[in-house]
Amino acid sequence: MILTLLLISLVASAAVGLVYRVTAAPIAKSQEQSRIAALKKVLSQFDNNPVDELQTIGIDDIPLKVYTARQGGQVVGYAVETLSREGYGGTIVLMAGFRPDGEIIGIEALSHSETPGLGDKIDSRKSNFSVQFRGKNPATFRLAVKKDGGDVDAITASTISSRAYAAAVRRGYDAVMQLTKE
Amino acid sequence: MSKLSILTRGLLRENPIFVLLLGMCPTLATTTSAINGMGMGAATMFVLTLSNMAISLVAPLIPSKVRIPSYVVIIAAFVTVVQLCMQAYLPSLYDALGVFIPLIVVNCIILGRAEAFASKNGVWSSALDGLGMGLGFTMSLTLLGCIREMLGSGAIFGWKFVAGDGILIFALAPGAFLTLGYMLVIFNKLTHKTK
Repeated sequence: MILTLLLISLVASAAVGLVYRVTAAPIAKSQEQSRIAALKKVLSQFDNNPVDELQTIGIDDIPLKVYTARQGGQVVGYAVETLSREGYGGTIVLMAGFRPDGEIIGIEALSHSETPGLGDKIDSRKSNFSVQFRGKNPATFRLAVKKDGGDVDAITASTISSRAYAAAVRRGYDAVMQLTKE
Repeated sequence: MSKLSILTRGLLRENPIFVLLLGMCPTLATTTSAINGMGMGAATMFVLTLSNMAISLVAPLIPSKVRIPSYVVIIAAFVTVVQLCMQAYLPSLYDALGVFIPLIVVNCIILGRAEAFASKNGVWSSALDGLGMGLGFTMSLTLLGCIREMLGSGAIFGWKFVAGDGILIFALAPGAFLTLGYMLVIFNKLTHKTK
């Protein structure tokens, strides 16, 4: 009885292990591709591979990945993989691009589980909510929804998603500021 | 029982959602839009067919005391394999379905069919049963997703036909219960169940 169960578990784990080994490389490759695609969207122009210049900066005890974009050796921007765990459907992960002075170049949602039709408008493919951040510098543009006294136009009926989004962008900005201060 | 009736049984007469009321957790959670419902249904159908086949093959070798844990191990292995393959070779589909795939393991339709059908029948009948039940599940989930997406966000398969927002509650969890409840009423009325 125990032997049968052990045997089944062994065969099952061997099969899973085999598939894992076969798929590990293609998975890593497709993740890298989607990361580069997101980097291209949120950074204006760069000629290096920002994935090579990866730093991790802790903001609010959350480690954030910061990619440095260079054009002819000069730093032209930073892309931060930033997140907020306070979304309506859990964690929202964004890729936010900043100029070295902190001005926002562009923001793309990498992953989220916000409600379809409501909170999922944070996705640039669903609505132009994310467009309002472009060209704004958080030094003067307060990253909080208007209800909380900030400058962000929240999505109708999705204040929680909008609030989490703004918090994630603010973390990204803090990471860039910490990096440039050093 | 003829092969054809094994296949078609899951569509209406023993529809997993509207008649057997199995797998309610993923049903309520994932039908926020038509495409989500359809994706969840398709992934479940795939795993259900494979696990039914595998279980019908090994069932005679498994002592009945450990059959449930054995089935769970087999199903979980299939789900993991499907998840890894999808992530590697169909990344865009994986992005759309990612959160739902691990949920397939806890779908009681799969364990239910393993216990009620696959363990007592041959491999081809079990494959047909998995396919039929999976199709019924996919159809029901797509239908629920369509209704909730139409009412909740005024769109269908992501194509918006009403400007502005829909009836918000249908996009949220209570809307899932409401829609499912009304669908059960209509389904029972149509199939003349009076009990």
